[in-house]
Formats: sequence, structure tokens, C-alpha cells
Amino acid sequence: MLKDKVLEALQTVKDPEIDSISIIELGMLEELDITPEGVSIKLLPTFMGCPALEIIRKNVITAVSQVEEAENITVQFIFHPPWTSDRVTKIGRERLKEFGIAPPPRHIAETGEWEADCPYCGSTYTTLENLFGPTACRSILYCKSCKNPFEAMKPVSTLM
Amino acid sequence: MTHTLVDALKDECYHNSAIELLFQLADDDFILSYRGSEWLGLAPHIEEDVAFSSISQDTMGHAAMFYQLLQDLGAGDADELAHVRSAGERKNAVLLEKVNGLGTYLAEPHYDWAFAVVRNYFYAQAKKIKIESLKNSSYQPLAEAAVKVSMELYYHLLHWKTWFTQLMDAGGEARTRMESAIKIVLDDLDGLFSLGNSGPELTKHSLIDSEDTLRAAWVNRMSPVFESVNFNIPEKFGMKNGNGRNGEHTVDLKSALDILGEVYNLDPAASW
Ligand SMILES: [Zn+2]
Repeated sequence: MLKDKVLEALQTVKDPEIDSISIIELGMLEELDITPEGVSIKLLPTFMGCPALEIIRKNVITAVSQVEEAENITVQFIFHPPWTSDRVTKIGRERLKEFGIAPPPRHIAETGEWEADCPYCGSTYTTLENLFGPTACRSILYCKSCKNPFEAMKPVSTLM
Repeated sequence: MTHTLVDALKDECYHNSAIELLFQLADDDFILSYRGSEWLGLAPHIEEDVAFSSISQDTMGHAAMFYQLLQDLGAGDADELAHVRSAGERKNAVLLEKVNGLGTYLAEPHYDWAFAVVRNYFYAQAKKIKIESLKNSSYQPLAEAAVKVSMELYYHLLHWKTWFTQLMDAGGEARTRMESAIKIVLDDLDGLFSLGNSGPELTKHSLIDSEDTLRAAWVNRMSPVFESVNFNIPEKFGMKNGNGRNGEHTVDLKSALDILGEVYNLDPAASW
């Protein structure tokens, strides 16, 4: 089926900044609509000002264009529903760890504080060094067990 | 009553009010993001440089989204709305257009970090309160966007609050400089809550809460923080340099727009 082929193509589109994880595994795909008019893809940006969005749009069009019957491909970024970090899939969480990035914590304390386990040794003995990492969606932490600095994907929820 | 884009396009009075509010929101984020970007390479340390530019990038993303909502309402092309409008057409609060300090980005910048911390913290809290109000806005596309902005803003607020309390608690020169920065910011703080001449219309259409409600919520949220750092805030805030919502601005905005315009006019098609 065309839809499966398009999904397969989307699976090859990686986050330009974390090339082990696909945009599907990140939970960015909200809608895939195939009609006689063409293929319409709606994506949720992880962060609004993310400079990688245009690159992702281009890569999606390139990848889906490889599918023979796919024509008239449109990619739209929408804000509703909002992307939240619990949209990262189970496989996605594993892929992040492979890349050395702790997956977004599932629990946020009422004070807004959160903890992430070390992606290298699994230790919970970590401290938050800098809320803002190299990109908007990541923070920098330090593991007191294996003494490695590491990044974690920030938890983002509608409760914030 | 909830208004979709289609509803808003059918009701002229509502349409005008929605546009008015969106210009205020977009212009606020646009100019403060620009002032933030001027700090690049000048923040107290490398980690702060990374954090501040990340925040400015988020903020520019919010401005771009508000300009997009304006474009959807037929107010013009989003990029042009951001870059081509003159100072007199801008609706941002004057507090946000003020220069970062003496000197310019290129020539001998002597920027004031205390002022940056206070301005950004007070603004982030005011924006958070507005955004929470906007989650219940009658204009559905704005209410939806507010949910997304709120999540990112949460981290900005946390960041600036940490700086604020640490510098206030540090005593000595830090405390003195923070207190003078607070004085300067309070002199124009009311401009953040102002909804301009059309304020009553905006509230009547349930687009956003009234100025008084927004201001009271800010005071309510900030009071415990001020208390924790032993600082008394005055009962009243000022709008010393004019009300930006009504197009009143300082020379600082004009010179910022001239620089931004120069860059934009080099290549209007470039993506920003
Ligand atoms: Zn470790």
C-alpha cells in the first residue's frame, strides 16, 4: 500500500541534530493523508524556533519523492496538538540513549524539577548542569557515578 | 464564544481586535529577541551564551508564529510584517526596545547584565501570565498556539528567575546594580500590561484578560519572589517613555529597526 511505503520513507528521515532517531520515533508525525490530490503530511515541531525545521521539510519531500506513486507532496508544520516529550516512542527512547542522550524524563516534580538517568551507565546519581544545551530541546547534565557529562532531552508537557 | 479563523474573517470588529492583539504579542517577542541576539558572545560565561541564544531563538520562533497568525488573518506577509514596518506602526512595549546598555554590538559594547536579567525575568513572567490567559482566548488559533508557547516559556522563566534570585542574594555590587536595574525596569513596566487604546475592545471580545487582571496576576506571582530576596516593590509601575501599544516609541526602536532592515533588505527571501 502507498501509505506503508510513505511511512517507510518517513522512517528514513532523521532528526538533523540526532541522526540515530527518525522524525516518526520523535513523535513529530501527526497526520499522513493520502488522497487523489496527493500526499499531505502534517508535522509537529518539537520547539517553535527550531532552526532544523526547514531542513526536515526538505528531507521529508526528498524521501517521499522516492516513493513511485507519491505525488504532490506537501509538508506542513502545525502547533495543535502541541508536541510533548511523551510522544517520543519506546524505540525512539532507545535510539536517543544510543546517541548518548538521555530520553526525556517521564516524571516532573511539582516544583518543576526533574531527573534523568545517565545514558552511559544508567546511574540515577546525576546533576543538572545547564538547562539549555546546544539546542533548545536538550539540557546538559553530569553523571556523578561514571563522571561523564551528558545531554538529556527536556521534558515538555502541557502542564507547564 | 469560540472563533475559528473563518469566523474571525466574517466579523470585522472581532477581526480588527484579533489583529491588534497579535501585533502586540508579535512585536514584543520580535524586538526582545533582537536585543537578546545582540548579547551573543558577551554574556557572563559560555554556558550563559548558549542558554541566552537558545532563549532568543525560541522567542523569535514565537514572534514568527504570531506573525503567521497575522498573515492568516490577511494582515500581510509574515516576513514583511516582522521586518518592514516602521517604528510608528510597532506595538511592542517600550521597555523591550531599550538598548542593552552603552555602546553598540560592534563598537565597545558595555552592556548591563543586571538590566538584561531584570528585563528578561519580568517580561518572561508577564508573558507567562498573558499566555495562560490566552489559553482561554476566544480566538481558537491563538489559544492553541498559547499551549505550545507556554511549554517553552516555562524554561525561560525558570532560567531568569534563577539569575534574578542569585544576583539579588549575592549582596555587594551585584545587589546595588540589580536594584538600579529594577528601578529602570519598573519605570516602564506598566507598558507590558497595557493593551493600548483598544484594550477594552480586546477584553470585550474575550481575546485576553483585562490589563488590571494581568497586572494583578503578575504582582501575585512575583510577590513571594521579591519577599524571598527582601525587596519591596512599589504599588504603582510606570510608563515613563510612552505607551508602545499606541505607537509611542523611543529612538532606540528606530535604530534597531534600521539595523534589522539593512540586514533584511540585503536578501528579503532569506529564511530567518
Ligand atoms: Zn554514568
